[in-house]
Amino acid sequence: MSRAVLEVRDLRVSYAHPLGVVRAVDGVSFSLAPNERFGLAGESGSGKSTMALAILRMIHPPGHIDGGRVFLDGVELSALDREAMRRLRLAGIALVPQGSMNSLNPVMRIGQQIADALADHGEALSRPVLDARIADLLPTVGLRPDVASMYPHELSGGMKQRACIAIAICLRPRVIIADEPTSALDVVVQRQVMATLARVQRDLGAAVILVGHDMGLMAQFVDRLGIMYAGRLVEVAPIGAIVTAPRHPYTRALVASLPSLEHRGRLQGIPGLAPLLRDLPRGCAFHPRCPIAGERCRQETPALRSLGTDGTVACHAAEATP
Amino acid sequence: MTELLRAEHAGRTYGKLTALRDVSVAIDQERPSILAVVGESGSGKTTLARMLLGLVAPTTGRVLYHGDDLHRLGSEARMAFRRDVQAIFQDPYEVYNPFYRVDHVLTTPVRKFRLARTKAEARGLIETALRAVGLRPEEILGRFPHQLSGGQRQRIMVARAVLLRPKLIVADEPVSMVDASLRATILETLRTLHEDLGISIVYITHDLATAYQISDAILVMYRAAVVEAGAIAPIVERPAHPYTKLLIASIPRVSTERSWMSEATTTLSGLAATGGCSFIDRCPVAMAGCADAVPPLYRTDADRAVACYRHQASPELVAADLGDVLAGCHRPAKRV
Ligand SMILES: Nc1ncnc2c1ncn2[C@@H]1O[C@H](COP(=O)(O)OP(=O)(O)OP(=O)(O)O)[C@@H](O)[C@H]1O
Ligand SMILES: Nc1ncnc2c1ncn2[C@@H]1O[C@H](COP(=O)(O)OP(=O)(O)OP(=O)(O)O)[C@@H](O)[C@H]1O
Ligand SMILES: [Mg+2]
Ligand SMILES: [Mg+2]
Repeated sequence: MSRAVLEVRDLRVSYAHPLGVVRAVDGVSFSLAPNERFGLAGESGSGKSTMALAILRMIHPPGHIDGGRVFLDGVELSALDREAMRRLRLAGIALVPQGSMNSLNPVMRIGQQIADALADHGEALSRPVLDARIADLLPTVGLRPDVASMYPHELSGGMKQRACIAIAICLRPRVIIADEPTSALDVVVQRQVMATLARVQRDLGAAVILVGHDMGLMAQFVDRLGIMYAGRLVEVAPIGAIVTAPRHPYTRALVASLPSLEHRGRLQGIPGLAPLLRDLPRGCAFHPRCPIAGERCRQETPALRSLGTDGTVACHAAEATP
Repeated sequence: MTELLRAEHAGRTYGKLTALRDVSVAIDQERPSILAVVGESGSGKTTLARMLLGLVAPTTGRVLYHGDDLHRLGSEARMAFRRDVQAIFQDPYEVYNPFYRVDHVLTTPVRKFRLARTKAEARGLIETALRAVGLRPEEILGRFPHQLSGGQRQRIMVARAVLLRPKLIVADEPVSMVDASLRATILETLRTLHEDLGISIVYITHDLATAYQISDAILVMYRAAVVEAGAIAPIVERPAHPYTKLLIASIPRVSTERSWMSEATTTLSGLAATGGCSFIDRCPVAMAGCADAVPPLYRTDADRAVACYRHQASPELVAADLGDVLAGCHRPAKRV
């Protein structure tokens, strides 16, 4: 693997809660190769969005980044001051936040929102240059240039989502983090938006982190997938391996719960409740729901380890071969 | 009269924009069913849902509750309606008041509909409902909305609907933000409620696979209109309308075969077709005549109707009968 464009080392984030500390991200490490598409899936509430925000140091109280280091092209972000970090957002790493299409400013034209993002990064451009730049940008996400003069309510969901991607890429970032960018869209539009994102990513030579729950989308879009459970990465592997031979018992159960389009039957979720993040069970957080948990799993938290394949898994019981 | 709710030629415009055009559906109280509503983003699914909930008034047609116009109910019938028909909204961000703890959305209905006699009983009801959707009460109660993940907020809305044991739940993308396992758990919970208590469900979703699993009937919408409707299995397995075909073919499959993105249609839609079929600008099988008038629904089978001239050999459906096509798709409930 060539040098990582983004490297996350032992990231930890917690939220203060009246009854105790919620460890939303609990020691997560991974890295992205240039041009790579990396997916993050896993349990609801397992800390995916928190991690996306933490990479950009956008965690606000009662949240707190407790530790960890993030490197972009070898530069440590945790060492940057506020102003440098602000400039890096969008220009270095761009986030399309969860629900972002609902957070476009309703009383501002799309073009102006893009202009603001550019201005915010000190791109002092004359009006004609700015307009030309916006007119060039919109078609790259499949929007007509005249969308610049429209308000969000005049756009469909898919168009709004593409406008958000346009804002995210206007400074040609190295890394694009998209948090559930298409979960509110129909599959026809979903396919267009993801194809757009893939094309933009190739053109920019950027890496992408796609956060989401749709395993079909992951299977079709990402190169590698990380699975999160209770604030930790429990498996990271090439997408083909996750789909055909998941190793972690949680990943296996998750894949098994996917509904079929071929035959109808009962839907079966993983029995039991997600663990309480501020009071995690001892050992592996998944052990109370795990069909193969043994004594060691109740005592010792498993670390991510290689199984002699491309993937890593945090499970004492996972075998080297499926 | 066993009919709980009926939309009759219901339509809605906003200024020049038609959000919903002439939709008829019926929810039968004696024969509860799960109806999936799928289709294009912006095709009017939420508008239909809000209309069934009495939150949006139709600009054409009517919505009837036990045969009476929803917007002319007396106060007693109105109260009964508000208990009988519950909503799970698409965007959980909108429902919560950011200044109240999330408990508020659960305690309010308990109080309003006097579901419990004591505080302890109320607490018990709420905790049971939260567990039913995979949440730990001790983790959730006492928090403010922004302190929960998207999926957690969404599940509280499901718990709230469950709490009230209504006759109909209109669920607008109730699980769009939760993981696959929880989706399965929550939807099975809804299906169990449907089977055990005879609760009907209108399930609006972009997730065709879960719709296929839990629903009896389906309504496929495209640009404000129903393009195909009927029993769900035959429609998902053998779609008839060109839009339904495109929709089913666009589902990203969990497979190592990756052709999904390369097959993306790049045509930019947006030009509303004038007068004729609204799918004409994207339709691979359009014929002369498709541009002339909006195709009516044709009843191609006992349990299917399709709005496409390719099926004009079949008898035309009187729009109000769509309710009957759908009602014919129900599976008998175990116990009512
Ligand atoms: N502002 C906050 N204050 C307290 N707890 C929070 C806050 N934001 C998030 N949390 C908690 O942190 C955990 C992780 O939340 P996060 O939003 O990162 O999860 P997620 O994996 O993105 O979930 P989803 O898939 O549902 O979007 C959750 O248990 C959530 O309740
Ligand atoms: N209050 C309103 N004022 C103006 N236009 C509206 C209003 N509500 C909905 N619309 C418009 O009506 C159309 C149908 O919207 P609706 O929300 O019903 O679509 P939907 O099928 O639920 O879409 P999605 O899948 O994106 O949720 C859209 O063009 C929308 O912009
Ligand atoms: Mg999230
Ligand atoms: Mg909607």
